[in-house]
Amino acid sequence: MKFSESIFAARFNITPRDLEGYLSEALSQGGDYADLYFEHLLTSSISIDESIVKSASQGVSMGVGVRVISGERTGYAYTDDLAPEKIRKAARVAAHIAAGPSKVGKIDLDEGTRHNLYPVVTSPAETEFGQRVELVKRADRAARGYDPRIFQAQAVYADNLRQVMIATSDGVLTVDRQPLARLSVAALARRNGEPPQRGYAGGGGRVELTFFMNEKTPEHFAREAAREAVAMLDAAPAPAGEMTVVLGPGWPGILLHEAVGHGLEADFNRKGVSAFSGRVGQKVASELCTVIDDGTIPGRRGSLNMDDEGHPTGRNVLIENGVLRGYLQDKLSSRLLRAQSTGSGRRESYAHIPMPRMTNTFMLAGQSDPEEIVRSVPRGLYCANFGGGQVDITSGNFVFSASESYLIEDGRITRPVRNATLIGNGPEALKYVSMVGNDLRLDEGVGICGKEGQSVPVGVGIPTLKIDRMTVGGTA
Amino acid sequence: MNGNNLPELAQDIVRRALEAGATGAECTISEGDEFSASVRMRELENLKEAGSRAAGLRILVGRKTGSSYTSDLSREGIERMIRGAIELAGITTEDPHAGLPDPGDLGSIGGDLALYAPEIERLETEFKIEQARCAEAAALDADPRIVNSEGAGFETHTGRQVFANSLGFIGEYRSSSCSIGVVPVAREGESMERDSWWSAARSLDRLEPADQVGRTAARRALRRLNPVKVATQKVPVVFESKVAGSLLDSIFDAVHGMAIYRHESFLAGKLGEKIASEELTIIDDATMPGLFGTSPFDDEGVPSRRTVVIERGVLKSYLLNAYAARKLGMKTTGNAARGLAGNAGIGHGNFYAVAGVQSPEAIIAGVSNGFYVTELIGMGVNIVTGDYSRGAAGLWIRNGELAHAVSEVTIAGNLRDMLKNVEAMGSDLEFRGSLASPTLKIGEMTVGGK
Repeated sequence: MKFSESIFAARFNITPRDLEGYLSEALSQGGDYADLYFEHLLTSSISIDESIVKSASQGVSMGVGVRVISGERTGYAYTDDLAPEKIRKAARVAAHIAAGPSKVGKIDLDEGTRHNLYPVVTSPAETEFGQRVELVKRADRAARGYDPRIFQAQAVYADNLRQVMIATSDGVLTVDRQPLARLSVAALARRNGEPPQRGYAGGGGRVELTFFMNEKTPEHFAREAAREAVAMLDAAPAPAGEMTVVLGPGWPGILLHEAVGHGLEADFNRKGVSAFSGRVGQKVASELCTVIDDGTIPGRRGSLNMDDEGHPTGRNVLIENGVLRGYLQDKLSSRLLRAQSTGSGRRESYAHIPMPRMTNTFMLAGQSDPEEIVRSVPRGLYCANFGGGQVDITSGNFVFSASESYLIEDGRITRPVRNATLIGNGPEALKYVSMVGNDLRLDEGVGICGKEGQSVPVGVGIPTLKIDRMTVGGTA
Repeated sequence: MNGNNLPELAQDIVRRALEAGATGAECTISEGDEFSASVRMRELENLKEAGSRAAGLRILVGRKTGSSYTSDLSREGIERMIRGAIELAGITTEDPHAGLPDPGDLGSIGGDLALYAPEIERLETEFKIEQARCAEAAALDADPRIVNSEGAGFETHTGRQVFANSLGFIGEYRSSSCSIGVVPVAREGESMERDSWWSAARSLDRLEPADQVGRTAARRALRRLNPVKVATQKVPVVFESKVAGSLLDSIFDAVHGMAIYRHESFLAGKLGEKIASEELTIIDDATMPGLFGTSPFDDEGVPSRRTVVIERGVLKSYLLNAYAARKLGMKTTGNAARGLAGNAGIGHGNFYAVAGVQSPEAIIAGVSNGFYVTELIGMGVNIVTGDYSRGAAGLWIRNGELAHAVSEVTIAGNLRDMLKNVEAMGSDLEFRGSLASPTLKIGEMTVGGK
């Protein structure tokens, strides 16, 4: 997309000269760097519960954030009013962080070219609501129709269209149009008078609405949620203590996100507070492990044409054959560490300061047949699906919570077990990876990552993995 | 548009929605200013300052609902918001339980709730930076093993909330808050641990002194050094008051009216039954002056109140908004909570467990072999089944004393059993946020470790 076609130029009549003026204002007190992040966000959400479409909402928010960097200091201000005097006021507030003569000369904004990973013609947010509401109705019918033991279903469809424009004092001017859509389904199953069990599934991406008609249908997610709920009806208490754990492909890749991803964000490492600080070049995983963060996979939830600092996203190798290769860098950290930005500067909205974040984090496929991996385990746990996770980046301890898992007995997957949290230590856990499947799968597109109060969409993925030692937090 | 006529604007939006075809309407306008200063390793790191406002509208057309929000409060922006909500009502389904609260349930409590302290807006930037600097310095100077820091921050917020509906309710209130927090990093040999401490209040005089916050944070980080991963075993678990609050969060989720009517809570259908030990009494009270869970009315315009949720182990009440109340054939408890868009959800006021008589030290002294939990991570709580399994760190209790740090373990059980197994409540109830619990001891849980 070109600047001239963006909503900011077309509807709000903002010109490159205006932007240069705001940047100059931001740097009027000194400072090394300034940027502007304009955002116009359309959102909508439709939900069904008890087969009734109970809620449908839509909204619009917009604003601009102004950032000034001076050494390690950041000044930030934003306004939700795009009137020139309001933006100039925000620029002056952000400028307070710096003190001294202006160090940046004349700013000439230049629109470069970059990749287009989601060339969506019509974003879901621009389609008829009548089409979108059908998705949740179909999901509801499919979940209830899956099995007579399903007695509740809820489905939520949500989309947004984020239009952004970034202008920086080093001359970058870039605009992007970022569509995102997601459908999720929760189902409850009950047998006789026993307590119910829940199943959950969902997915989406930076896609057109036809994705939910042709590729991943409401029935697909509904059946998956219902299947999980019914499967869990037979769940026995989960085991407790250290054991061999096999992670199924796809969403269990949240392991990587928690175990290594956050610990490799450059801000933590620049400050020396991560368990991975100073470990580049060291072995932090078994040689079977190569971990990538890739913001350039077409259509994926975690993908972006450019990060939220206007830098093109990339494919970044974090761990190669077990050896730590590098960190996820944003502008500030890369300046201070004299490294290159990896296109990892992200923010929740115009009201937030960007920081290094993940995009789509996954492990490359290995050689092993997934069935052979399960057969090799005399006693252990097979985890097919997870809820969320969390990490303490300083100690490196991380958790992720299994929502569907099974015992492995004598090389066979047997009984389902109840929800349990798995815990490990980041720089240690992946050293116990002893088999990597040939079945790499990315998750279906529901991930939300939280850091310091900011949420951004992300993706994860792994092939089937065998970890020889991990602590399982059950009760049995 | 003049900033002082937000109530008139909200009423105008309601009126215009009715003119556009709605049979009922609710409008929320919220505006706020935020400021934050952070310091790291004694140097100023970030300064952030901004304000914003936005409006949300929910309308009914008969028994169908639609909603929308906008940050564009121009006449055209509001026109678009109203049209958007009406358009969406066209795709929703008739819901026999949809509607505004009963007119007789609307209202607002009087008196000074002490939600707003004008001095918060007048604090000088230098003062705020100095507070953060002082808190971090106190942590860094506390012990040579405090070698690093993720920084310290001082934040303030002021806001104004306006709500109007087509039954004639109009209400507004201002609020303020300030907070200070520090995250020091302790190191000894190969062991590196962080912890944090913070204080938050609606007025400056109720904030803990900055240096005290810093020293507490340092002490918490230091006591986590050189942790041991203990063996898997079943032992008594004592929750420090800070983490006991997270247990209350799970109990709130389980008495949440929406979860009850959908049967997705392990407490559904248990009203009047003994579901916990006699030690446990839990109250939701949105009327306590100066606290974070306090407001004059809920987000549907129903007056705030005090509700006994669990009394000496007996489940006395769910927490409801008007919708969940209608679904369950009950009365709203004034717990509606909403953002700008969508139907009202359910939130809590000051949701707290009543203090017991034993000091935390006395509770620990009564445990011969057990786990004192000071941090929980992960989201391993399933409200449908009550299954509970979370990552934990803390200190091991041996012969009634805190013996050594423990980390990389899990604690697990089922909330049904855990609630019945509450053996002691501490005397140390303190309201640091809208959830509060004193130290709490559970007779037995599984610690997952080596």
